[in-house]
Amino acid sequence: MGFRPQPAANTGKPRRAIFARNPSMRLSTATREAIEGYLYIAPWLVGFAVFAAGPMLVSIYLSLTFYKIITPPDFVGLDNYIRMFRDDLFWKSLWNTVYYAAVFVPVSIAGSLCCALLLNQRILGRTIFRAIYFLPSITPIVATAFLWLWIFQPNVGLANYLLDLIGIEGPRWLDDIRWSKPSLIVISLWGAVGGGSMLIFLAGLQGIPIELYESAEIDGAGNQAKFWRITIPLLSPSMFFNLVLGLIGAMQMFTLAFVATSGAGQTRPAGGPAYSTLFYVLNLYNHAFDYWEMGYASALAWFFFLILVILTYWQLRLSRSWVYYEFDQGERW
Amino acid sequence: MVEPTLSAPRVPASGIGGVRLQQAVRMMPTLLVVLVLAAAFGLPFLWAVLTSLKVPREIFIFPPTWLPEAPQWSNYIEVFRQAPLALFFWNSLKVTVLTGIGQILSASLVAYGFARFRFPGRNILFLVMLSTLMLPPQITIIPTFLLFKWLGWLDELRSLYIPPWFGGGAFAIFLFRQFFLTIPREFDEAAKIDGANSLWIFFRVLTPLSVPVFVTMGIFSFLGSWNDFFGPLIFLNTTEKFTLALGLTYFQRVVSLGGQATEHLMMAASIIMTLPCLLVFILLQRYWIQGIVMSGIKG
Repeated sequence: MGFRPQPAANTGKPRRAIFARNPSMRLSTATREAIEGYLYIAPWLVGFAVFAAGPMLVSIYLSLTFYKIITPPDFVGLDNYIRMFRDDLFWKSLWNTVYYAAVFVPVSIAGSLCCALLLNQRILGRTIFRAIYFLPSITPIVATAFLWLWIFQPNVGLANYLLDLIGIEGPRWLDDIRWSKPSLIVISLWGAVGGGSMLIFLAGLQGIPIELYESAEIDGAGNQAKFWRITIPLLSPSMFFNLVLGLIGAMQMFTLAFVATSGAGQTRPAGGPAYSTLFYVLNLYNHAFDYWEMGYASALAWFFFLILVILTYWQLRLSRSWVYYEFDQGERW
Repeated sequence: MVEPTLSAPRVPASGIGGVRLQQAVRMMPTLLVVLVLAAAFGLPFLWAVLTSLKVPREIFIFPPTWLPEAPQWSNYIEVFRQAPLALFFWNSLKVTVLTGIGQILSASLVAYGFARFRFPGRNILFLVMLSTLMLPPQITIIPTFLLFKWLGWLDELRSLYIPPWFGGGAFAIFLFRQFFLTIPREFDEAAKIDGANSLWIFFRVLTPLSVPVFVTMGIFSFLGSWNDFFGPLIFLNTTEKFTLALGLTYFQRVVSLGGQATEHLMMAASIIMTLPCLLVFILLQRYWIQGIVMSGIKG
């Protein structure tokens, strides 16, 4: 097949033979290599065309149509986008998502960092603690939602029982407009803080050369100075990674909200009470797969994509001013 | 490959040094915080397990009791009677295994193409591939749904496990490629001189040297499809086709119809769904952690 031995390779001096090929042979080898390369990446090329590029183009077109599946798409120009900006629920869902991401992302990163700092200490049973911290992040989100629905049960739930023990009357959590978003944030934090981002911080902490701390001590640096001047700057690449991924993930909040708010037992529309947990993707889902408004939902999807691109680009720009790379970028690929 | 030595952390050398007791006392507040956090992470699980072993009468009492009067292990059998949970489990297993094989096979071959072959447009294609990491699934879901409708794949498990065979996703390709790049080309060259073709080199030279990244991707792939809710929610319709993630919400609807307390069954079902993840974690913890760290550092 691809790499049949060249005749020259059989002369017993294979190494020399590679460099001694005549130019016309080399050309055909290069062509053959290129063909093989394309063959290997072919599955992705097909997948990219069918499941990424194609759908993106189609969804641009659909976003400019009125399309309810049963009749063919009807071109309506920018109507869907105009409708979107006039839709109160669109703004509500955008606000809910921004609220959720703005609270969840910083708190989860700070929490992960604290956990990593704690578990980086020499304490008894550290391996066991690390496993316990990590456990929530391996729990399927659907199971997490059910676990916490039960804990946040307003009358007999564990949360309100524990609050009752210290004399606080607990709220109605997911049933209360004011508490529904914070409840979901608490649940997400439970599943995120001890998970992958903590491990990434731990690895980052262990990559900091101990000599840096030692020489800082000689210079008379205290614990605070060491933390802010050494630990934080050297962890900034890990922090940046966690921030970018965390923000994209938070903006796409869906499963937890969908399962947790469609009710413990009672089937009710997800996103309640009073749309207080209607996140952007939840709203998109409702329009696409509940009301079958494929055109409008495609417009929602494209606007969402635009938001994510701008957010990521903005973070990359900002990162230049605060992310510190010990080695230059080339070494880190 | 970066070897995270998570088990041997470095503690900034303390100025006091040597005095063990003093150090232990100094650690007390830290240990206390660690314990409180462990309780916060562990308690919901403990509560779920305890609830899953209660009888309905014990569930809705206030103040709640911690321990069940008599552990009802039969609840774990009861859940299989209340809904086709075994069928959901089987569907999930099928999707997970077929997705895993397809994703790993195609992603590693594509990565091999990107890592070892020179062809016109390679760098641009690689950048395009990487940029799809940022592509939210929500933007392609509607056209994909329409495509599957046209293909007649709706309400079939196929809609979940066939797409991963086409490249397996940017993250997997990227992870494999980065790993392959760390393997010296001299190994390929040597095999090539011995007359090996590229497929042989991939399976006999690169693959045996890349076991860690294959295991890591296997874990990520398993988690991804076992926990996936969005895909099954959109593509599956009839109860018999449901995966466990989707089936759990169906289960919740069905058992709550009776109007009785069913939280013990819900907790049992949730635990059943979590168990395979727990098992994989316990068995493959090292690869799991390495994989996350690797993706964090190389991402």
